This record gives sequence, C-alpha cells and structure tokens, in this order.
Amino acid sequence: MTDGARVATRSGVLPREAATHCPYCALQCGMVLRDAGDVVEVGARDFPTNRGGLCQKGWTAAELLDHPERLTTPLLRDRPGGELRPASWDEALDRVAAGLHTVRDRYGPDAVAVFGGGGLTNEKAYALGRFARVTLRTRHIDYNGRWCMSSAAAAGNRAFGVDRGLPFPLADLGRADTLLLVGANPAETMPPLMRHVADQRERGGRLIVIDPRATATARQADLHLQPLPGTDLAVANALLHIALTEGLVDRAYVAARTTGFDEVRRTVAGCWPAEAERLSGVPVADLEAAARALADADRAIILTARGAEQHAKGVDTVSAFINLALALGLPGRPGSGYGCLTGQGNGQGGREHGQKADQLPGYRRIDDPAARAHVAGVWGVDPATLPGPGVPAYQLLDSLGTPSGPRALLVFGSNPVVSAPRATRIESRLRDLDLLVVADLLRSETAELADVVLPVTQWAEEDGTMTNLEGRVLRRRAFRPPPAGVRTDLEILAALAARLTDGAPLPTDPRTVFEELRRASAGGPADYAGITWERIDADEGVFWPCPDEDGPDRPRLFADRFPTPDGRARFHPVTHRPAAEPVCADYPLHFTTGRVLAQYQSGTQTRRVAALRRAAPGGFVELHPDLAARLGVTDGTPVRVVSRRGELRAPARLSPAIRPDTVFAPFHWPGAARANSVTNDALDPVSGMPEFKICAVRVERA
Amino acid sequence: MTGRVVVVGYGMAGARLAAELHARGGDRRITVLGAEPHRAYNRIMLSTLLAGKIGEPDVELVEALGPRVDVRTGSSVSAVDRTAREVRTADGGRYGYDHLVLATGSRAVVPPLPGLDPLPDRVVPFRTLADCRRILAVARDARRALVLGGGLLGLEAARGLAARGLDVTVVHPHGHLMERQLDPTAGAVLATTLTGLGVRARLGVPATRVTADADGVRLHLADGEPLAADLLVLCCGVRPDTALARAAGLAVDRGVVVDDRMRTSDPRISAVGDCAQHDGTLTGLVAPAWTQARVVADVLTGDDAAARYRPRPTVTRLKAAGIDLAAMGELAGTGDPDGTGPVEELTFADPARGTYARLRIRDERLTGAILLGDNPAVGTVVQLFDRGAPVPADRRALLLGRAVGAPAEPAASPALMPDAAVVCRCNDVTRGALVAGWRAGARSVAALSAATRAATGCGGCRDAVTGIAAWLAAADPPTTDEVRETDADREAVQVS
Repeated sequence: MTDGARVATRSGVLPREAATHCPYCALQCGMVLRDAGDVVEVGARDFPTNRGGLCQKGWTAAELLDHPERLTTPLLRDRPGGELRPASWDEALDRVAAGLHTVRDRYGPDAVAVFGGGGLTNEKAYALGRFARVTLRTRHIDYNGRWCMSSAAAAGNRAFGVDRGLPFPLADLGRADTLLLVGANPAETMPPLMRHVADQRERGGRLIVIDPRATATARQADLHLQPLPGTDLAVANALLHIALTEGLVDRAYVAARTTGFDEVRRTVAGCWPAEAERLSGVPVADLEAAARALADADRAIILTARGAEQHAKGVDTVSAFINLALALGLPGRPGSGYGCLTGQGNGQGGREHGQKADQLPGYRRIDDPAARAHVAGVWGVDPATLPGPGVPAYQLLDSLGTPSGPRALLVFGSNPVVSAPRATRIESRLRDLDLLVVADLLRSETAELADVVLPVTQWAEEDGTMTNLEGRVLRRRAFRPPPAGVRTDLEILAALAARLTDGAPLPTDPRTVFEELRRASAGGPADYAGITWERIDADEGVFWPCPDEDGPDRPRLFADRFPTPDGRARFHPVTHRPAAEPVCADYPLHFTTGRVLAQYQSGTQTRRVAALRRAAPGGFVELHPDLAARLGVTDGTPVRVVSRRGELRAPARLSPAIRPDTVFAPFHWPGAARANSVTNDALDPVSGMPEFKICAVRVERA
Repeated sequence: MTGRVVVVGYGMAGARLAAELHARGGDRRITVLGAEPHRAYNRIMLSTLLAGKIGEPDVELVEALGPRVDVRTGSSVSAVDRTAREVRTADGGRYGYDHLVLATGSRAVVPPLPGLDPLPDRVVPFRTLADCRRILAVARDARRALVLGGGLLGLEAARGLAARGLDVTVVHPHGHLMERQLDPTAGAVLATTLTGLGVRARLGVPATRVTADADGVRLHLADGEPLAADLLVLCCGVRPDTALARAAGLAVDRGVVVDDRMRTSDPRISAVGDCAQHDGTLTGLVAPAWTQARVVADVLTGDDAAARYRPRPTVTRLKAAGIDLAAMGELAGTGDPDGTGPVEELTFADPARGTYARLRIRDERLTGAILLGDNPAVGTVVQLFDRGAPVPADRRALLLGRAVGAPAEPAASPALMPDAAVVCRCNDVTRGALVAGWRAGARSVAALSAATRAATGCGGCRDAVTGIAAWLAAADPPTTDEVRETDADREAVQVS
C-alpha cells in the first residue's frame, strides 16, 4: 500500500483527494474521495477488507455532504409543543448548559444522561465517556451498540477474556475449508465481505448458513439450516452433542487450552438432536452434516451476528457456538476460530473506550479499582470522583423522565426513536424529559423531539480513527472543510464543558484526543498505547492490542494463550430457553426484524439518498405465500403487524424465502412502518440486549 | 411447607428435578436417593455407548452440587411412611420430608419364557448402565448377537451391536418392526434398510424358550429351528416401578396416578417420569419427564404455582448412521375426532432407496406421519405436527422433502431477462441499466462495471455481467462507435 501515502495527513491541510473509509458499516471499506467539480466523487480502494468493492451505500455516501436537508445551524424549541427554530451556537449551547445546570441542581448529577453511538470515531466515543464521567459526573452513559454487539461481547469476554469481534483478519475467511455463518446476512449487510466468501467457495470450501430466512447469503450456502427464530442455542448444543457422540471433539486441545469442558459435556449430553429438531425444525441429518463439516475441516470458522445475538438469551446463544468452536479446537488454530461480525462502523472501537455504562477506556471495567486509578490518573482527577456503573441502554432510555430516572439526555450519533425496541414507549420517555439534546447531521426522528439540535460534521469533514470488525484501527481522513455553521462533536463537548465547569479546556483536535486515548487505554485489554496515526497510515491499519510503538500489533489472537488469568479459554454451560414471548392464539406468528441492502440502521442518512430510496423505498412485511393465502393477502396488500406493544403498517411482500410461521420486517423506517413499534423489550440478563429478533404477532389486512 | 424435599430415584427424571430445584436457589434442602451406584447418566446415549463411539464419562449428566443438595447413590429406598413423612432406605437410613417426589422410573420387562429365571450370563436386558456394561463384557468376545424385541429400543441396541461388528438378528413376534409406530409398508422398508446395515430381522414368530450354557445361548422359536448366538439382549419393553408407591398406599394404576401438577393421591407426594401415569398415559420418554420435573419445581418453589403439565404429542425418532425415521400421531381411523373435513392421506414409497413417507392431514393440520429415509422435510413435518400448524398449500413439499425455503432461481439467459431484472443487487443495477451503459459506450465488463457499478459490491454477479456483455457484443458488435439504437431496441423489445 498505500493509498494513504498519496495524501496529506498534516492537520489543517486538506488534500485534493483523501484515502478514507466508508461512513457506514463495520467493514469500513477503503474508499478514496476526490474533487470532481461540484461534487465529491467516491472511488473504491483495494483495502484488505473490501478489495476494491463497495456497495451502493458506499458509492452514494457523498450525496449527504451537500444534501439540502443537511443541518447547518443549531435548532431550538422555545416551549414544549413548539416548533424547532434556527438559533446561534451561543444561544443553543447556553440553553443546553442552563438546562443541564437546572437538572443537576435539582436532581443531582445522575439526572443527566448521555447516549452515544457505534458510528462515532474512537476519539469521539472516548471524549464522550470522559465528558460524562468527569464533566457531568453522571454514571448514566450508554450507547446504541448495546443493541448491536453486547451479547457477542459478553460471551467473548467470558470465554476468551477479551472481546475483539474477529480475532483474525477477514482474509482468513477466504481460506476456511468450512465457514459457518449464524444469523448473519453479509450479502445484504456488508456485501464486499462476500468477496472473501467467494474466495472460500472457489477454493472448494463449504459454506453453511443458519438463518430463519433463505437470505441472499443463505441462498449461496452448500447447507442452509432454517431454524425457527430463537432456537439457535438449541441448534448449537445439538451440534456439540453430535460432535461428542461421533468422537469429533478435539480432546487434546480441550485438555491443553480450556477449562470447564466436563460441565458443558454433561449439559449437552441432555441436548439430543431430535429435541433440537423439534424446537428448531432443522432436520437431524442436516445437524449431523454441519457438525461433520466443521469437524472434518483443517480450517473452520464460526461467525455469529445479530440473528443469533439479538435475543434475551443472546449471550448464552453465542456461548453455545463458542463452546462448539472450543470443543472442535478452533480458536487460536491458524485459519480457524470463532468471531462475530460487528455491525456499526465503529461498533468495535465504540465498545472499547468508555461509552458503555460499565466501562472505562481500553475495555477496562469501571468497577475495577485499578482501572479507575489508572484512568483517573490520565484524566487528572481523584478516582473517588468517578461515578460507578450505569445501566444498559434500554433500561436507561426506559427510565428517562420517570421519578427515579434522568431528566436530561444528550444524544450523539443515534436515533433511538427508530432503533430502540418497543419504540413507542421509548418515544414517550423521550418526550417526558426536561431537556433532550441531539447532535446529528440531519433531522433524525429523535432530533425532531429534541429541545436543542446541534448540527455536526460528517465523515468526509473530520479526522479520527475507527476500529473495524477485525479490531484493525483505521484512519478516517478529512477531505473538505465542514459547511459554515457546523461543528464537530469534540467542539461541542469542549464548548459545553467550558460552560459547565472551571477546568482546563477539553481538546478539540482529534489527534490530541487520540494521544490521550492511547495513554488511557495503556495496559487495558484493548491497548492502543503503541498505535500512532503514522503507523496506521504506513501499515494498512493496526490491530489491537498494540502496547508498544516499536512492538508488533496482533492480527491474530489466541495462538499461544487466551488473555484469561490462567491463559485458558473457558467453556460455559448453557441450555435453550424459549423466547420471552411465546406465540398464542391471539398472536400466533413469530416476528423477526433485520436489514435490507440499500438502507443502513435507522435510515437517517440512507433514506435521504435518492438512489438508495429508489432501491429500497419503504418498509414492507415479508411473508410466505401460504401464510398470505390464509390471510387473504397478495403481494403489495397493506397489512398490519400487531404485537402486545404496538403495530406496524406496510405492504406485504410475498416470498417463499421465509418460514410460513414467521414474518419479517426491516427496521430502517419510522412512522407507520416502524418495525420497532412491534418488537419486544425483554432483555438479556447479562448483556442487556433486547429481543429484537423474535416476538409474537398477528398479521391482518390493514 | 417444602423445606425438605426428598427425591427417590436418580435417573434422568430425578436428576433433572434435583438440578431444577437447585438452580432456583432458596433455602430448601434437597435429598436425592438413587439405587444405582453411579452418578446420573443419559440413558438416551446408552446405545451410542454400546456402539463404542463414546466412553462412560460421556453419558454423565449434570449433577446438582451444593451445600443444600445431598445426593446419595447406592441408596435403595425400602419404604415410605406417609404418617411420619419419612423415607427409609435398605441400609437403615431415615429421611424426613416435607415433600416427596417419586422418580423411580421403570424396569426392563423380562418375558416369561422358560430358561430366563434366573437370567443366564449371556442374556441381558437393555435398560441401565450396568446392563450396558454386562452387554459390552459379553460382546467383547462375541460374534453373533440376538435381540429379542423389534421396537425402538431393540433396534437401537441392534444398531449399536452391529456397529461393533457383531452379526445381529432381531427377533420380533409381530409381523413388522416397530408395529406401534409404523404401518406394514414402513416396517418392511425399515427391515430392508437394517439388512443393509448388518441387522437381520426374524418377524412374526414368537420365542418359546431360552437355553444357555458357557459357550452360547439359543433362542427357540415357535416355528422350529432355534437361533444360536453368543449374546441375547432383551428389549421387551419396560414396566413402571410402582412397588414403593403401591406399598405406601398411593393410587396406582399401571403407573403412579398423578394430576396436572404431578401430585399423587397424597398431596405431599409427587411422581415424575416413567413411574408416573398422567391422564391415563405413561410416557417412557425423557422429554416429557423433564417437562414434568420443571412443573414440580415450579409448583414446589412457587416460581409458578399455577404451572401444570400439558403433554405434547409424541414423536418417535430413530436417527443413526443409515437410518432416519420419524413417526408421530394417528395413522388409522379418522384422525382428530373433532375434525370436520375429509381425511387426506398422502403416501410416497421408494423402497429400493429406503424411502417412505405417509402423511395424514385433516382440516389443514397434520394428524399423523411416518417419514423413513432421507427426507429433508422431516424437521418441518415434526414441527407442523408438534405445533398443530397449518400444512403447506403444496403438500408435495412434505412428502418429497423439498425444503420450505425458496427453490433455486434458474439463471436466466440475458436474452430472456426483463429489463427491470436486477443483475447486481449490491448496487441495484438492472439489465436495462447495463444495456444502456453498453449503448453509451461501455463495451467491456470493466467498462460496464465502472459505468454502472455492477459487480463492484460482493462481486457475485460478475459472471452474469460477463454473460450480458457477451450477449450484447454478439447482438451489437462494437465494430463502430455508433450506437445502433434500432437493433438494440428491437432486441430489447423481442426479449423483454
């Protein structure tokens, strides 16, 4: 490489072209931005993750830079129920500071809460965590990544002692003899990743997909297991049961590198395949074929994604697949392993540097005295002044405006009105706040409820770092100055801190913030101490942990040991339990949610891009033709999907790709088509992950 | 008051109940008395143990361990004193209870044939881990084995022994194997399948007596010639072990009679698993036993005092290398007595390939099914039956095993594709856009990709784009820079 060498990286000097990365998902495809007269042209870079590919979202990303709906001035609401009106920055910031002061004075520091996002750069995520703990002194900070990665993170931590989505480079997928994707649909959610899968197939590798829908990814598989939503755990335990009864367990690996196998062995002894078949609908013969394909392979990789993780038993489900991977001796074996596919652009970095309620930078725990002492030292404060752990995202939002909950909320890079489960309820919680502040580049549905909206820069206008799904730290590079009237998130935090405290001013230069992040993360599980922007530029990114500037980074983890106290990976016995909300006579169908190729997350950005709107103009309800016939519905008929919590209305889309007992809707749209009006807010007891992927509904003609 | 819970029996039901109670915490004391000398094991895996694929540790079950759990193996209960609320063991132990749960299981039936009392060394029932050990001890030097009983357990035992390389014959008094679950056609297909796996079947002939000596065992049949072997395994069914309950004066029919909460006629005593008779039915299966254990735990701990046992319909499943059998529901009569519609009966048989499928449907619901052989729809059929869900409009999907998912989409030739057909999904590029790109001068795959972004995402449509480029080149050879609109238009009209 490198494309990076061609461009200026001195701060303050903007290049004619910038080698950066896509603003959207965790694949962080390498792209180059060029000046093409009136518009910014997007080109694809041959980066190791995307290998010159981009999906339609990436190609069209620059259309939002000068979008007519782009916010270029702060907005204020003078009274509840009034309209948002343009305001000066001083007026807006003063209003925020005054509102925060009032709430803090009346209710204490925990009455102010911060809600971040997995799309924020490492510098912003770090600064946000520091701002909450040091400036606001609130324990209440969490972020939308809680709804994305938290189950895989918790399961990874308890098994491996660390949570890095992929503990190996993405290119390893291409050399796997067997690749198992569980609840992952990269052909739609991160299309260029499929170049690695195509590689794998061309080399004769086998692809197995577990998904309740015959997705674009599942249709490419050699073997597609199509379980009822919410039964992945039973499937995983059955696979391990088969591995046991067929003598496929790697006993030498289990003995040398793990602990806790006997209890898992005894647990899965009671998980016989016929029972899993009955729960999931996956034939025993297919379970056997999958287990053998994983065990027979020299190199086998198991990946989970949101389909397996977004459940009230998401952590245990991931643990079940990790147990399988460990029993087969995969983690740490060259070319093999377990990983999860991180979703949001900085979903990995965003969960490492302190946006999470229980966490300090470097993936440290906020309840660990040594961690508090270290981070407090970097921040120049007394460790005793750092607040303790807060509560996970949904609990936080669900408590807003209630007698015991926060009265003021600052939102950065998130749109919970669309993305939160049981969104109608969360919307009403947001309305109950004394003060809602939203920093965004567009008027998201959450911004529409705000008292103050602060317009921020977007990806092509800012420098910083992102950590992709491989744990590879990347450089986001500014290509052009932001429009007049727009500020960076770091500038906003600094301006607020100046109004709220007498302390030293907060840095607004991302590079300065990164230098501080390096020190704060030093010695933590996600150690960035040895990572510099120059090193990222020179090396196609740097894989953490990287404690020394002169030492190596770690593209592959676990080769010799696991970062647990005894160096061994830990099995964790888990058993299937039913979905939080079973189907019944009134709500006889299973409802599941997901994504479409041309939209991203809550759609705030992608719904405003003309080409993407053409490709995916609105919400829909996917249902099997047999079910449609029983409901008297044809393709395009408006239908209502009704749960105990709410309903969505959208046209029916008939497809034999879905089970007849299950309906699907994408969650990118607000209003009547909002899928999260329907979803269940049951939470995983360990991770706080809501059960987005299954609840009970009925479907009616609208 | 349930401070002291005593569980009699440490089989799959008793062990599960102890684990369920333990997992719920609380301060009650749990005492488990198991007659067998070893820890709880998974009976379902014994045939795999027999086959030699796993070792004894692999059949262990999760044990409830903790200061409030007292598991006593090798402890045979001799009496229940309901007045004193006390259980007595053969070795003189006395255990007071506030609630007692009987999980005494069932015992293998030894048929009343001459020569089986006492059981000769080479004749072993197949029920417990100890039985399994004895079978394996005899099998070590054995060449030929007989299995008396061609039900599910007998066939599993036969499969296990055959997997060890023994020459196995199943002797079954009925006209076809697994007659309680299968019809004669299915039984015949299954017998053929078993033959291919080294298991012969002698059907429709009762055994009359057994003779055995140090060298071998002979099973005499009603039709003459005795069968000689080194080992005879008895798989003639099981009988609930109700002796304790009967002696204690509890209501006992074929099993210990229980209500929906699994309570016996004494509200301080429950029964779960094989020994319990609920609504006139004995289960004999693990899944219902575990459900019953959960109900008892829910009720005793108050976690869900309203918990009631609701039996699920039984699905019989035999899955081993070379055999895939599922049987469920009623295959005779009119199915659901409440049904109103006509009974639909569908069958498909391909005996040469060991495949047979029979479905009975009424009012769009599956009332019974047999699937034998490799049928990819087996999971779907089991779920439809289990949940009482409506069957697909096209029943062939269930009979022939076409999966519920989408059929593979045939690759359309460029000429037959409509203009609106999306070629590149990642970038939403239609055939029409590619044609337009070509006509605007993009005369190669690379140029088409650059112009339309087709094949720049996952790359999966590269072949399709290449095909379209080739077709366009043939239809519209790039010999001139002129765009030959008329030809292309005519082509497009022709093909779309």
